[in-house]
Amino acid sequence: MKRTVPLIIAIIAGFVLLIANFIPYAEGWGLKAQEWFNILAVGAMILGGGNLVKLHLIKISGQRKGWGYSAVTIGCFVGTLIFGLFKIGVHPNEIYPNVGWSGYYLEGGSGLWWIYQHMIVPLTSMMFAMLAFYVATAAFRAFRAKNTEATLLLVTAGVVLLGQTYAGVWLFEGWLPESMQWLRFDHLTEWVMNIPNTGGTRAITIGIALGVVATSLRILLGVDRSYLGQD
Amino acid sequence: MKKSHTFYIGVFVSLAYSGVASALSFETLPEPPTNLVVIDTPDDAGNSVELDWALSGTDIFNPLNENASDTDPSAIVSTYSIERKISDANGSELDEADSNWQKVSEAGAGESHWTDRTVERGWTYDYRICSVGNQGDSSIWCDAEPVTPVMQMFNMSKVWLAIFMLIFGGFIAYYINYARSGKPLWVRKIAGLEAIDEAVGRATEMGRPVLFVIGIQDINEIQTLAGLTVLSRVAKTAAEYGAQIEVPTCRSLVMAAARETVEAAYLAAGAPDAYQPDRIHYLTDEQFAFVAGVTGYMVREEPAACIYMGGFYAESLILAETGNHIGAIQVAGTAMPSQLPFFVASCDYTLIGEEFFAASAYLSGDPLQIGSLKGQDYGKFFSVLILVAGIFIASIISLSHSEEGLAVDSLNYIKNNMLGSEGLGSFGGGDTDIEGDDS
Amino acid sequence: MLKILQNIDRRWVFLSMLLAVAIPVLAKTVFPVNISPQTMMVFNAIEDLPEGSRILLSYDFDPASQGELLPMAQAFTRHCSIKGHKQYYMALWPLGPPMVDLSIDTIESEYPNLVYGEDYMKFDYKTGGEAVIRMITQDLRGMFELDSKGVSLDEIPMTKNIKNIQDMDLIINVSAGDPGTKQWVQFAATPFGITTVSGCTGVQAPQMYPYIPEQLAGVLGAIKAAAEYEAAIDEVYPSIASNPKAQEAKRRMGPQLVAHSLMIGLIILGNIIFFVSRKRGLA
Repeated sequence: MKRTVPLIIAIIAGFVLLIANFIPYAEGWGLKAQEWFNILAVGAMILGGGNLVKLHLIKISGQRKGWGYSAVTIGCFVGTLIFGLFKIGVHPNEIYPNVGWSGYYLEGGSGLWWIYQHMIVPLTSMMFAMLAFYVATAAFRAFRAKNTEATLLLVTAGVVLLGQTYAGVWLFEGWLPESMQWLRFDHLTEWVMNIPNTGGTRAITIGIALGVVATSLRILLGVDRSYLGQD
Repeated sequence: MKKSHTFYIGVFVSLAYSGVASALSFETLPEPPTNLVVIDTPDDAGNSVELDWALSGTDIFNPLNENASDTDPSAIVSTYSIERKISDANGSELDEADSNWQKVSEAGAGESHWTDRTVERGWTYDYRICSVGNQGDSSIWCDAEPVTPVMQMFNMSKVWLAIFMLIFGGFIAYYINYARSGKPLWVRKIAGLEAIDEAVGRATEMGRPVLFVIGIQDINEIQTLAGLTVLSRVAKTAAEYGAQIEVPTCRSLVMAAARETVEAAYLAAGAPDAYQPDRIHYLTDEQFAFVAGVTGYMVREEPAACIYMGGFYAESLILAETGNHIGAIQVAGTAMPSQLPFFVASCDYTLIGEEFFAASAYLSGDPLQIGSLKGQDYGKFFSVLILVAGIFIASIISLSHSEEGLAVDSLNYIKNNMLGSEGLGSFGGGDTDIEGDDS
Repeated sequence: MLKILQNIDRRWVFLSMLLAVAIPVLAKTVFPVNISPQTMMVFNAIEDLPEGSRILLSYDFDPASQGELLPMAQAFTRHCSIKGHKQYYMALWPLGPPMVDLSIDTIESEYPNLVYGEDYMKFDYKTGGEAVIRMITQDLRGMFELDSKGVSLDEIPMTKNIKNIQDMDLIINVSAGDPGTKQWVQFAATPFGITTVSGCTGVQAPQMYPYIPEQLAGVLGAIKAAAEYEAAIDEVYPSIASNPKAQEAKRRMGPQLVAHSLMIGLIILGNIIFFVSRKRGLA
């Protein structure tokens, strides 16, 4: 029962929306379903947030290893929640000066804005920037000319890497005859991007699209039920 | 609201006045637009009508206006004003204003099309249009036949999509049925999936946990569902071996679903007591905070196996490189083309796109699901056939430089009807470009 | 020696990457830029529109990719402002509105003659990603009743006559992932034929090129294309060349050159180690 009802809901909703796609009257149903999903997802935030708080509170109360970090997490969680929900430091909207909490939640100078500007921005930028370092170690370790394909990949990577910078032009400046200008790395990069890359990406995309269709059909037909916890 | 007779008097007076004014100042009125055609939008729910008109002779953007630069400045069209009145409300009560002419839109010079999306199904509407000059002078009106928008039951412009879907679905349904009859089906080995058991086994031997990340997308994405399928198998193997499994999630709903999946897997493995719901926990929706949390766990606990199955973005490389650094066996699967290179470079095995979607069928060993894989392959073969046919025809046209004939008609049909939005149409009939506005 | 290289601590690689990026940044090295045809496609899509055209700018990225995408977004804003286009800003990512605010700050400080509500405006943020796009292609007010300041769209001069985004002359999307360019192409550009250009991260760019030229009128991929775009604007509007803030992407090309060269050096070094150790292994 616990799995049959969700399965039936999934099958019915799936087929209705599939057919709705072809019936002008029902065209908006897909959007409505998406709105319902958004509402459910917001509700589930409470579930997720509650779980997060619970786990860290258990860690703190049991004074388990690293409980200090859990305390910091809970502190940040509650602090951000209060600053955001109560719009601390936000002035009322100019049009509705007498209505509290009517201002823009990220108004410059407000509490949440400060958290955003001085904590979220630098922290997320830092994590993203770490990619530069990881790309370097991954390239150092993984890019080996083990066979013909790998060698081709290696050479292409070198050309594109240089073609993406001024080096692609500078290396050939002054000595390459006019008729051979296509050999310049920036021109080769363009060619690689426009021809082999576009072809390859299209092939992978078509394959993935067909995989998505087949997986969706398996789910809609109830053949694949593993997402409901049944093998 | 004006009463209708005052309105007409007003119109008369203003027309008379503008006539006198223009006569006195010797200003030329803009020429009116012509041929206003109003049709009910095809393939819709009867909630819009399309208006098309021929541009005014004094519209400088009119390609037929050859002497655009010599057009009398006072007659140059700046906008077109569109008015509407309702002549039959299908029995509903009407505002008096609605049954009189009312301005409903304005189109810029050079525009010859407008879609009215504020109409009611079954009502009858009259439209008229005039051009308005730089000085605000209006031309005489150009009228159109009345129109009554109606609803179509089936969107004929999508008929080819429906046909493709039926063919594709038909292949899958046929092979599921074929498998049900007990005939054997062969699936090639997918090394990445074979490696999962080995990875879990090694984690058990080393007494270290298995880390499973279901991507960072929400539960409504197909990749997350495919990831849950693999999780189900990994959890079952872990339960059988007695290994610990850790599943941090980036979405609350995914956490709830993953708990269900893992619990059922432990139950199926006969070890319901070993199931620890707290090991499947929500971290944060924020992408990089999630990565920080997961990599932190990796460095502290050093899981022996890291499995990434789902939709990933920029975090893929950070996760996989950290996993590599701690020496874990790593298996990844995703349908994100941009992240595949990173996983291939840093993981031991990677399921690429389709392989990842095939995982659920492959792992289950269920003949019905494997049958669907076979059906999928035939669907793919069919798509490739159309692709090759299209490339072949396009190459012939480009080599022969022909502009008409069977090849051109076929290509147009494939482009406009089968892949475009012209529905079944007639072969060799339309040659409109599918990109419309760009052409 | 070989053994040392084989077991090199990855922190040395990290350190060399840090230096490769930091030295050109500190030295403010700027290299010349050659403008590619791809970039010119994007430039022309904006340049060729008549003054006062309506442009929807959707900035779908967050602070994480700010370093890669903000210079591009700012260049789009400056180009539209110089051309006198009407700019409609929106964001599909929860952390996207502050990115739009940075562009609005640029307009306020560099183009004070432009008026909010007449020349540029910003829609309120709405969650839903692709659902937002699908809705506003049909009915703008069905999704955005207000602008970000809480004013009704019917009271804003530049929005009161807009029914949906099919009324736009161009969509500019700056995208760091999903929802982003892919969704704009799928739900707005292709079905409704709205001309669209995209600026995206380097990782995404290979996926976007197949959409050119019919579904996308052009793509700017990562900081290199942004630098070229800045150079293209400088050529036509020399007044902007003296504004150091409008040269951000060009400045970032220096670190990119050195970092890429380091990567190639590392790959070559890795291969030398690989071949030498294989040879010794065989011997």
